[in-house]
Amino acid sequence: MTADAVVIGAGIVGAACADALSTVGLRVAVVESRVIGGGATAAGMGHIVVMDDSEAQFALTHYSQQLWRTLSPEMPAELEWDPSGTLWVAADEEEMQAVAHKHAYYVARGVNVEVLDAAQLADAEPNLRRGLHGALLIPGDSVVYAPCAAAWLLARAQLRRASLLADRVISIGRHSVHLTTGDRIESPNIILASGAWARELLPAIPVRPRKGHLAITARYPGFLRRQLVELGYLKSAHGHDTESVAFNLQPRTTGQLLIGSSRQYDVTHTSIDAPFLARMLRRAIHFMPALEHLRVIRAWTGFRAATPDSLPLIGPAPGREGLWLATGHEGLGITTSLATGRLIADAIAGRTPAIPPEPYLPARFPQ
Amino acid sequence: MPANFEVVIVGAGPAGLAAASAAVERSRRVLLIDDNPAPGGQIWRGEGRQPPRGVETWLETQVLGPLRPGLLMADRAGVPAQISYEKLILATGARERFLPFPGWTLPSVMGAGGLQALVKGGLAIEGKRVVVAGTGPLLLAVAAYLAKRNARILLVAEQAPRQRVLRFTANLWRQPAKLAQAFSMGRYLALKYRTGLWPVSAHGNGKLEEILLSNSRRLACDYLSCGFGLVPNSELAALLGCRIATGEVLVDEFQRTTRERIWCAGEPTGIGGAELSIIEGRIAGYAATGDRHSATSLFTARMRASRFPREMDSAFSLRPELRRLVHPGTIICRCEDVRFSQLTSHTTWRAMKLHTRCGMGPCQGRVCGPAVEFLLGCAPEGARPPLYPATVSQLALDRQ
Repeated sequence: MTADAVVIGAGIVGAACADALSTVGLRVAVVESRVIGGGATAAGMGHIVVMDDSEAQFALTHYSQQLWRTLSPEMPAELEWDPSGTLWVAADEEEMQAVAHKHAYYVARGVNVEVLDAAQLADAEPNLRRGLHGALLIPGDSVVYAPCAAAWLLARAQLRRASLLADRVISIGRHSVHLTTGDRIESPNIILASGAWARELLPAIPVRPRKGHLAITARYPGFLRRQLVELGYLKSAHGHDTESVAFNLQPRTTGQLLIGSSRQYDVTHTSIDAPFLARMLRRAIHFMPALEHLRVIRAWTGFRAATPDSLPLIGPAPGREGLWLATGHEGLGITTSLATGRLIADAIAGRTPAIPPEPYLPARFPQ
Repeated sequence: MPANFEVVIVGAGPAGLAAASAAVERSRRVLLIDDNPAPGGQIWRGEGRQPPRGVETWLETQVLGPLRPGLLMADRAGVPAQISYEKLILATGARERFLPFPGWTLPSVMGAGGLQALVKGGLAIEGKRVVVAGTGPLLLAVAAYLAKRNARILLVAEQAPRQRVLRFTANLWRQPAKLAQAFSMGRYLALKYRTGLWPVSAHGNGKLEEILLSNSRRLACDYLSCGFGLVPNSELAALLGCRIATGEVLVDEFQRTTRERIWCAGEPTGIGGAELSIIEGRIAGYAATGDRHSATSLFTARMRASRFPREMDSAFSLRPELRRLVHPGTIICRCEDVRFSQLTSHTTWRAMKLHTRCGMGPCQGRVCGPAVEFLLGCAPEGARPPLYPATVSQLALDRQ
């Protein structure tokens, strides 16, 4: 068969690519052998968050967040869209200075933010421990249930003639992909969006799997209002230590709490590392002692696609005509999926993108 | 600090008790764990069975999952515990399969074993009108128990056709003990026992008032207790990485799983009833303590005992009509309020789970999983820790 574009992988990024490519009039084929949104998309928190780690990261997250917000009125209920906002929690005076710095950064870029002092923070989230110094509130951040979001984006693309093939790509040729069934899809554009699994098809890609653990509790409505993240999270997420944990707690619309987060390089097995999970939970209790008595009903793991500079790979694969990369989103894949889809579609359609695409081009890494 | 044992046995039902009595012949450090307040398992619940002498027994203890190889995380009556083992025997038993039909979520519609357990726990059943429905000899056992507690058993509805049930009872002569059992129950309830009959729906305003049967008759009752066969509890084995095929833990002739130092006996290796479970338990207990001779001497007995479950399986297999009881709006997953119509567009358990939340609640799919497997043919895959809801502080290994 033939297609104007083949998307490999139906996680949130692949689904967003299919949605954007079908919008510019391309006939898209999506190849996914497993569940839609069943990889890192299912394992993550679905936090749609603006970040200021670098100008490039801010531009991508901010742009993508606006795209999510624009879509939100159309979302079906099962996407559990929740504009609950984020509180970046400062544990000491030094982190409070970081709050002030971030505040200035976001205000200068037109993002609505607010500084909370210790008393205001205690008032906003009474279950946090006493003695914290304050927080930065970003009211525009939100949460989405990502597997259903991926399925919805894909369904939109299917309304614009996109097709979904339940098959696995075994190799990428020049302007074609080969499937396990023996079939071949001819296409001038092939988009590799298989997250941490992109290495199976492109071994030289600078992407490393980075394992994470998450736990979810039973329902405790009203226990938590906003997503809480310790400022130290940035060090955990964007540093490259072999192992790290950070306090990251999310309220779900069901009343459940999602407890994160952890990062491990060089681990390939999917099973729970109970002592490491324990370390992550102790970090959560350290910030929120009242968590101690809540019941966890399930814990699981997943693999982020991490790059050396913590920015995703979005754009043409160097030296491979017609092959485009859309992976390497690490822990921000849900947030930045929509912007990724737009950047890829704009590049293929020859349109001017809304943000400069250069910082994300795969060619920035030596081949 | 972990408690150290040579042999740890999870489950104090027939298989676990038998494993303990075999293991204790050679080992002084045997621990028997059960999550119930008394040993005996589902089948001997409340019968005052005692663990063998020399075996340490922890009751009201739930194993939450593995912590490291050779180390289990547990909740011992609300107190976190770590249990270290050299050999582990899984005797985790089985649970009832419940099949959904319109009205099954009404109060007073429950599992057959569930109602029995409530009555054992003090529920007043005297004079109440009870219908027991589903399949298998367990229905009679439950009905007999409830009748002894002066419940008014209106009907025992067995879904299997009459010919298959008759052939099964005719074969019982090879198992004299079973024959005696069948007759003592049969006399009691013979008049109420109907084959080829099953509940189609349950009705009532806020509580059960009447049921509709497959013969189009309506029957007013206070309780409907249903059991559609048994499902192996293989979740702990799955978490430990033992290989499982069609829901059953794979074992070799010594009841050894595919994982080093882990044995499995009784229902998790395939539904076989108490007699087979006891023999398997003894083999596992001997094999785990290095007594291959005693283990081997039980192989013939095991073979003989495994005929009965095979015959039972074919006699009481579920009829396809039971798949057609659900309506599009019938709730399948009670924890997350997932209805049948939400599931039918998906083809795997994982897709159903991710896209509808089916099986994502506190029971982790233990109830809806076997129902979905029967209705739609996709079985739950693997298991996720903790095996039972556990506090954050327990899983954080605080002060342990």
